[in-house]
Amino acid sequence: MEFINLVLIAPILDMAEYPAFFLEVVFGGLMSGVMYSLVALGFVLIFKASGVFNFAQGVFALFAALTLVGLMTGTMPFSLEKILPEFPAWLAIILTFLVMIGLAVAVERLVLRPLVNQDQIIMFMSTIGLAFVLEGLGDTIWGSEVKALDVGIPTGSFNVGEIQVQVFDLWAAGIAAFLVVVLALFFQWTRTGRALRAVADDHQAALSVGIPLKNIWIIVWSVAGLVALVAGIMWGSKSGVQFSLSLIALKALPVLILGGFTSVPGAIIGGLIIGVGEKVAEVYWGPLVNGAIENWFAYVVALIFLLFRPQGLFGEKIIERV
Amino acid sequence: MNVKRLGLGLVTAIGLANMVAIEVAIAADEIFMPGLVYRTGPYAPNGIPFANGFKDYVTLINERDGGVNGVKLVYEECETGYNTKVGVECYEKMKSKNPVTIIPNSTGITYQLIPKTAADGIPLLTMGYGRTSAAVGSVFPWVFNFPATYWSQATAVVRFIAGKEGGLDKLKGKKIAHIYHNSAYGKEANPTLEALSKKYGFDLTLLAVDHPGQEQKATWLQIRRKKPDWIFMSGWGVMNQVALKEAAAQGFPMDRFIGNWWSGSENDVAPAAAGANGYIAATFHTPGGNTKLHADIKKHVYGKGLGAGEVDRIGEVLYIRGLFNHVMVVEAVRNAQKKFGVKVPNGEQMRWAYENTNMTAADWERIGLKGFPEMKVSCNDHEGGHPVLFQQWDATAKEWKVISDWIPVMTDLVRPLMEADAAKFAKENNITPKSCG
Repeated sequence: MEFINLVLIAPILDMAEYPAFFLEVVFGGLMSGVMYSLVALGFVLIFKASGVFNFAQGVFALFAALTLVGLMTGTMPFSLEKILPEFPAWLAIILTFLVMIGLAVAVERLVLRPLVNQDQIIMFMSTIGLAFVLEGLGDTIWGSEVKALDVGIPTGSFNVGEIQVQVFDLWAAGIAAFLVVVLALFFQWTRTGRALRAVADDHQAALSVGIPLKNIWIIVWSVAGLVALVAGIMWGSKSGVQFSLSLIALKALPVLILGGFTSVPGAIIGGLIIGVGEKVAEVYWGPLVNGAIENWFAYVVALIFLLFRPQGLFGEKIIERV
Repeated sequence: MNVKRLGLGLVTAIGLANMVAIEVAIAADEIFMPGLVYRTGPYAPNGIPFANGFKDYVTLINERDGGVNGVKLVYEECETGYNTKVGVECYEKMKSKNPVTIIPNSTGITYQLIPKTAADGIPLLTMGYGRTSAAVGSVFPWVFNFPATYWSQATAVVRFIAGKEGGLDKLKGKKIAHIYHNSAYGKEANPTLEALSKKYGFDLTLLAVDHPGQEQKATWLQIRRKKPDWIFMSGWGVMNQVALKEAAAQGFPMDRFIGNWWSGSENDVAPAAAGANGYIAATFHTPGGNTKLHADIKKHVYGKGLGAGEVDRIGEVLYIRGLFNHVMVVEAVRNAQKKFGVKVPNGEQMRWAYENTNMTAADWERIGLKGFPEMKVSCNDHEGGHPVLFQQWDATAKEWKVISDWIPVMTDLVRPLMEADAAKFAKENNITPKSCG
């Protein structure tokens, strides 16, 4: 009886007794969820267009953030001396995006093109290799110390009643929302967007109607590079730019399981559900087991959803006839 | 036997003979000091300055002094990536080269190597980390964790807080939160803090953060709710940096936020920039790079282009800690050479040297680290019973400033806990504690 009270009744009563704090936990979860969605979006874009699960997406975010900091601080690549002009944030962001486009071209030429029509598992393995190469390259070019990143996003907090709201979180939510709208419009209403979806459905069929596969891949990896840049900025601003930034990919996995690998709205809604679920679990049930449950609890939430919707919330249901 | 087999046999024999010759050369003429380091992986930003400190001190001794009493030091790194399994593999690879000491550079690796080094007769130096109860030398004769342990540190932190509150009796009813890395390392201080909480009546909240600690919103929501008077943090790597950013964003007063000595490096405060101003951290040595030793390193190591890292980073906390480790190894080598009249001490001789460590102010003056902690190690006390210092981050000057005297640890509380834990370990592992007279 005491066990039932501890696990089922006491946490609910706690929520009811302090509704303002419960709302703050939910709000905090939503804000964390937005950050997870940012990472998950990069995975979804590439998977949608090429059927490849890009293991290197977290490292893309790291590489983008390292390049951005390097440009903003006037760091000379390889020698690490600060002898170059320091670019303002807006210009450094544009230049970094160009670098990410260059990276997308290199990936298409050196990794994807030689593997056209290979099994998806081969493509997946190649992205694992890519992750290690990029991580090492980033270290060699920009150094491995912790770097502060400040692109001018306001920080601090204010109170709405009893609820504390962090300004940075609001900006993150706004930027993510803007990005999703732009991506949705791009996929739905542009010629390139439709071509991307066609390639995602069937490489061979897309080629047969004249869609240039290599260009499409460059475009989609560039867009994923842009998303990685935004994720790198947001996460890097919170923790500093360092190699553990590549591990943010781990936070995207339960979001992808939940939201589906092919759905942009799925990445967003999935991120929000995971964010709220893990924060509520950590705050109200974590203390019962000495805490630190949020990482694995995110997967519990995702797996429960999978029991009822194996394709994820918004994933495509694949029916293959025997 | 055909010609092919004969050839293969000859090649193998020559190869083995060469290997033996190399082993003998190292054993006879040089002192082997391996470095289990992590220059890669998520904790690399902390591992690199540490490793640079290791390497630069060896280079300094060879370049400036021609070795220790004329015997050259040989330093070889093995990359662990801060991974326990890989660290054990590194140890297995290095142990055949007769290392004078093993420095595991990780609490997880330490736990795995405690029985192995005891069996192999190699001293294990875990300065400020590892298994706290290994300070009980009668049970852990091969492990040395001077100048202070996590448990002692926790008592010093509580004493420091008490000092700010007006005395230990004023702690009753105060709220202290311990935010810790959810690992063997992070949990080390918990039993001591619980004992202190009972003794002094403060309310203790334990909040675990999972590796690597990039996301801590739930933890800081609980801080908002509990509204602790003080926060103590046992973090590592990105966990520290995110915690400082969260605390700053939430408006938690930085001069009431205390990191342990692995949460108090330049790396930890960099991302929060001005927001980290006033943050406090424990330490077991004085900070800063304006010592005579640093001047020597600039002249004899970086001046000759032999430095392991960047010269403008040799005053950083973690670099100094790397130096401190190898200073102690070299001093032990010196003492063992003197006592036993040998050029290259063996494991048992090094063990004797560590057990008879007695670092005085004059010793630190000679080494060039004036103000470093005096310590005296004994057969049964491998911790050296040393107090703890507190430093505060000045974001404007971008440097740590010492803000306390050496705070004495509560040996009366900690030592019985250590002895009980060591006795439990001895019983579980059928170890008969040695007599320390």
